[in-house]
Amino acid sequence: MGHEEHEHVVLPQHRHHFETEEQQREAGSFGMWLFLLTEIMFFGGMFFSYLLYRNWYYPAFATASNTLNIWEGAINTAVLITSGFCMALGVYAAEVRKKGMLVTTLILTTVFGLIFLGIKYDEYHEKYELHHIPGNSFSVAQFVNPHAYGIQEEPLAPDMAQRTQIFFFLYFAMTGMHALHMIIGIALLLWLIKRAQRGDFTNGYVAPIENFGLYWHFVDIVWLFLFPLLYLINRHPLH
Amino acid sequence: MSAQTIVSLPDQSTAKMPKRHYINNEHGLLSWLLTGDHKRIAILYLISITFFFFIGGAFAGLIRLELLTPQSDLVAADTYNKFFTMHGIIMIFLFLVPSVPATLGNFLIPIMLGAKDLAFPKINLLSWYLYLAGGIFTLTALVLGGVDTGWTFTTPLSTHYLNTHVITTALGIFVAGFSSIFTGLNFIVTIHRMRCPGMTWFKMPLFVWSHYAASLLMVLGTPVLAIALVLVLLERLFGIGVFDPTKGGDPLLFQHLFWFYSHPAVYIMILPGMGVISEVIATFSRKRVFGYSAVAFSSVAIALFGFFVWEHHMFIMGVSNYSALVFSLLTMLVAVPSAIKVFNWSFTLQKGSITFETPMLYAFAFIGLFTIGGLTGVFLGALGMDIHLTETYFIVAHFHYVMVGGMLMAFLAGIHFWWPKMTGRMYPESLSKLSAVTSFIGFNLTFMPQFILGYLGMPRRYAAYPPEFQVLNVLSTAGATVLGVGFLLPLLYLGWSLKYGAIAGNNPWQATGLEWQIQSPPPTENFLETPIMDHEAYDYEWLANKTKHEVTTVG
Ligand code: HEM
Ligand SMILES: [Cu+2]
Repeated sequence: MGHEEHEHVVLPQHRHHFETEEQQREAGSFGMWLFLLTEIMFFGGMFFSYLLYRNWYYPAFATASNTLNIWEGAINTAVLITSGFCMALGVYAAEVRKKGMLVTTLILTTVFGLIFLGIKYDEYHEKYELHHIPGNSFSVAQFVNPHAYGIQEEPLAPDMAQRTQIFFFLYFAMTGMHALHMIIGIALLLWLIKRAQRGDFTNGYVAPIENFGLYWHFVDIVWLFLFPLLYLINRHPLH
Repeated sequence: MSAQTIVSLPDQSTAKMPKRHYINNEHGLLSWLLTGDHKRIAILYLISITFFFFIGGAFAGLIRLELLTPQSDLVAADTYNKFFTMHGIIMIFLFLVPSVPATLGNFLIPIMLGAKDLAFPKINLLSWYLYLAGGIFTLTALVLGGVDTGWTFTTPLSTHYLNTHVITTALGIFVAGFSSIFTGLNFIVTIHRMRCPGMTWFKMPLFVWSHYAASLLMVLGTPVLAIALVLVLLERLFGIGVFDPTKGGDPLLFQHLFWFYSHPAVYIMILPGMGVISEVIATFSRKRVFGYSAVAFSSVAIALFGFFVWEHHMFIMGVSNYSALVFSLLTMLVAVPSAIKVFNWSFTLQKGSITFETPMLYAFAFIGLFTIGGLTGVFLGALGMDIHLTETYFIVAHFHYVMVGGMLMAFLAGIHFWWPKMTGRMYPESLSKLSAVTSFIGFNLTFMPQFILGYLGMPRRYAAYPPEFQVLNVLSTAGATVLGVGFLLPLLYLGWSLKYGAIAGNNPWQATGLEWQIQSPPPTENFLETPIMDHEAYDYEWLANKTKHEVTTVG
């Protein structure tokens, strides 16, 4: 392949069209950062829509966001941060070439990711039972007449109550997109675990782990914006 | 220095086809479908993009046929709606957006930078498959019965009121959008990280600069289009009202999201074309492009400004007067960097020793038509005019002058310019000149009457019109026929040249770019050893010395 003349070791992962291993690694991580930039624009469109509508239909959004389960949201935040921490340890493990530690941390990352999705499922299920899933069976009864449901909230005018549907639409769109990113991430994790067990990433070739780490942290960070925006602003206790 | 003395096109009769090159390096269909070679992927794109271009063109023909008579007699109004929707969607998303970047950009950027390939060959191949999948979805919608939303997917029409195949089409465009994101990403990383020794930013050909700017737009703008389409899809599937005013939603939101992508998208379409024109003009006037760095920076400026003017597509949709005024001014501002380019090309021409090969003819067509399109754009950007002209044929003429007169001419200029490099063969000179002239005449005959029609008040998007507009419409349809011939000719003689064309040799135009210093067609790995960029872009003196040196060593 004509690379024998380079002084450094040529790893089997070295692609022929790069001059050096270093160039390959830099290109990979630069590409990953750019990809995350496109992801920011993608989520940015939804954040923009959310803020716009929140501004217009403020009462509907405030009331509807009060029905989200703040405890599940908070626990999930903790779970996700833990999983991000495990991933960071994984990147470190790959860099210091500790295979056992890498495999363990990747597995832990996966487990916490799955717990997150499980709790998310429970939240979605709750919305389903309350008829808060946008569409034909969507019900605004709880917002028009909260006292009948034992909720200490100001009732919304029927017109405004209808707008809660837009809140839930955006809630599902944003958290759903986020969950989709987690599912893709977990699929990638399973593949990385398999390769890590073979020792693919503890021989000096750490780029895939590093780049996946960036992806996983991005998913964390998106959640760190989603959580306050959807669950926390204007929160007041529900009794 | 007198430029003329340097020009002497090499004698092609002695040139030989190289034994091994990227086309014959491997054999069989699979070696193409699984290739990682940017040059082969460029060819795959070229074939599929040409295919979609002619499908989109067929719809244009049908539209013009319907408009031959004032009554809607060829097809019913709703079928007509489907015609112009498919025409728009195919032309914009499946032709204009990928045209130059995915074919010429793919083929040339690594070579121009002295690299062996793009940074991510597998992602490059993936983006071709995504493009193809997007195209197939869109065609499926067509076969199932079509869409009639217009290429802008205007809500709430697209989400609630129209019962056609919006989902399939929007999905197609969504998928094709990722193809464009990945192409842009690959280009940016390659330009940052894969330049050969000596290839500084300001030694890069302007073609590369313009792709860099366009790639920024692809990477930043396309995701916003993607999310707009996702919201349309979800709204349509679940019947919710984010965009539907009767349910409290706001169609303006869709407009914001859509045009945030789609205005910059016009620059995704035009910037790569401008890159082609810079190369062609430099080569055939034997001059470094006047104001090289101004041209380079103006590309980036166009890209950045392009993100701040989207609201000019929404003047009549009830945005506030204040913001309309601001956007009107900003729109004028975007015209400045485009004008800089046109001025600089003109200066280059004025000082150069010009020859009129086919690519140059197309480049002249580009400059003339794009200037008309751009100037009428300034008209439209002025608030008062826009309200009179919007939704008339004036708009149709304006964007066809910019996109067809601009981008398509640039695409043809580029294909003719680099054809010898891509295939190793020349095409028949007189036939290709004839086709350039034919399409220029046909183009003006088609769209000039449409400016007048629009000015007289003929609205766009209707199958029928008042009888007094017929004469101009007949002219336009006649022009479209001539234009059609102008586009078919290259298909025929370029196809012919693949087998029978004269052997081109390495550098038939005596151009200075790195791509002309290697064999044609190039070998799979582009460069047998890593090149060193030791001259400025478009340095004809360097080339003359090099040629002299080669002649003496050979002799
Ligand atoms: C650079 C290449 C350009 C391309 C490819 C392009 C393309 C287009 C297209 C496709 C439309 C039609 C949108 C629709 O269907 O409603 C349009 C409209 C418009 N263009 Fe351009 N354009 C370009 C340059 C310009 C420039 C330089 C200006 C102003 C200085 C401009 C101003 C406008 C305005 C104001 C409209 C809105 C017209 C309306 O619908 O009311 N464009 N352009
Ligand atoms: Cu625009």
